[in-house]
Amino acid sequence: MTDQEIIDLINLTLVEEFELNMADMKPEALIFDDLELDSLDIVDMVVVLESAFQFKIREEASIREIRSLRDIHEFVINKKNQLAGS
Amino acid sequence: MKRVVITGMGAVSPYGRGVDTLLDSLIEGKSAIRRTENHATIRGLRCRVAGLVPHIDPREIPRKYRRSMSNMSIFAALACNEALQQAGLGSEECAGGQMGVAIGSTTGSIQATQEFFENFLNTGGLEQMKSTVFFKIMNHSCAANISKVLGLTGRILSPSAACSTSCQALGYGYEMIAFGRQQYMLCGGADEYHALTAGAFDILNAASINFNEQPHRTPRPFDRDRDGVVCSEGSGIILLESLDSARKRAVPIWGEIIGFSTVSDPKSIANPDADSIELCMRIALKDAGLEPQQIDYINAHATATVQGDLAESAAIYKLFGNKTPVSSLKGHLGHTLAASGSLELCALVGMLDGQYLIPTLNLDNVDESCKHIRHVKLSETKKLQTAIKNNFALGGVNSSLVIRRYQND
Repeated sequence: MTDQEIIDLINLTLVEEFELNMADMKPEALIFDDLELDSLDIVDMVVVLESAFQFKIREEASIREIRSLRDIHEFVINKKNQLAGS
Repeated sequence: MKRVVITGMGAVSPYGRGVDTLLDSLIEGKSAIRRTENHATIRGLRCRVAGLVPHIDPREIPRKYRRSMSNMSIFAALACNEALQQAGLGSEECAGGQMGVAIGSTTGSIQATQEFFENFLNTGGLEQMKSTVFFKIMNHSCAANISKVLGLTGRILSPSAACSTSCQALGYGYEMIAFGRQQYMLCGGADEYHALTAGAFDILNAASINFNEQPHRTPRPFDRDRDGVVCSEGSGIILLESLDSARKRAVPIWGEIIGFSTVSDPKSIANPDADSIELCMRIALKDAGLEPQQIDYINAHATATVQGDLAESAAIYKLFGNKTPVSSLKGHLGHTLAASGSLELCALVGMLDGQYLIPTLNLDNVDESCKHIRHVKLSETKKLQTAIKNNFALGGVNSSLVIRRYQND
């Protein structure tokens, strides 16, 4: 997958799960303030991303640092690259 | 003690959304029972009919609240919206601490429970479990979800007594207002259909199995050819309010709750007992300060089981004799279980308001064992002031409400 394909899949997954508008899926969008997700949604976000990308990320410490959609994009891209390199 | 009146009603029934839809369909004598198409693969399930809520779009409930709701909570939320709208109440009253909620269901969502265990057993773990699944499974799912979506800050109660659930919810709500503890109570019940619900009755040989090809002919309360319960789904919500409050707000009053009783029947976990049912109705009448002859109509529980219809008709005859008209709405609606008390009360309020009686659908030949009471077999116009509403549950939980047409007295 290219980075753009990863980003597109992340956005699509989140739009479907959380009934978001694709137009709002801007990299700078803040997860809590702009996309209006909350702590329960973050639990579900991990579940749907794990399902979409077939990896395990729940125990990753860096996931707690995520604030924006761009952070999610970068987190997933890095994770995919790590797995590809291992 | 404060007087307690009805100022709002809401319904999601197998006919669709709204109290008007419910009443119109009942008056037309329409059956809400349909054949269930996806049960053929369930070995041992012989009942293939049910009363299912037609498709409704739940998106008027914001996702943040809807995510923890199974269908039963969605039904209840939509019915609550209707009741509040009719009562002219909004977010300010919901958040004021004087509005409570008493809404229950038979169980938490069986569908959500099934999905949980399918996933758990198939994957051997919890990693794919969503955060909100428990909130659909917990037994107080409806009451909890309603309190969130409406921003309610008053009392919260979730009675769970199967078919007596919403009758109890109404009764407890009535008592809370009567004691001055709350000004408003959103009361009722909700249930969503699952094949295992029908299965629970089928295992007991208490589900209808002989009319799978003619669903509109079942259930048949009090009828010679009755063969058991038909399970349905939906929600009925009644907004109870103190009379003082309703008068102060100058809103229409649709009826007054004047008596309630609920008793435990210790004799059997499955079979209803006429003596206990009679006691239940007798206590409700005493609570209302009425004699049996002052009741104008009895809205029976009558689910079309052999034992239940017999016990209830025997109890009615013993207490009321053979003059007071009796009908059951299960022939139209099927058994909406935890919703049946409140959903049928919505219809009963309509009867009191319109001064008519809705007959028992499918009552073609009154069974010999039930013939001693005065059945309503055809629509009637009747001067109605008072009525009693019965609900009896597996587990030996009996409940009765007495309602009066409000007269500005």
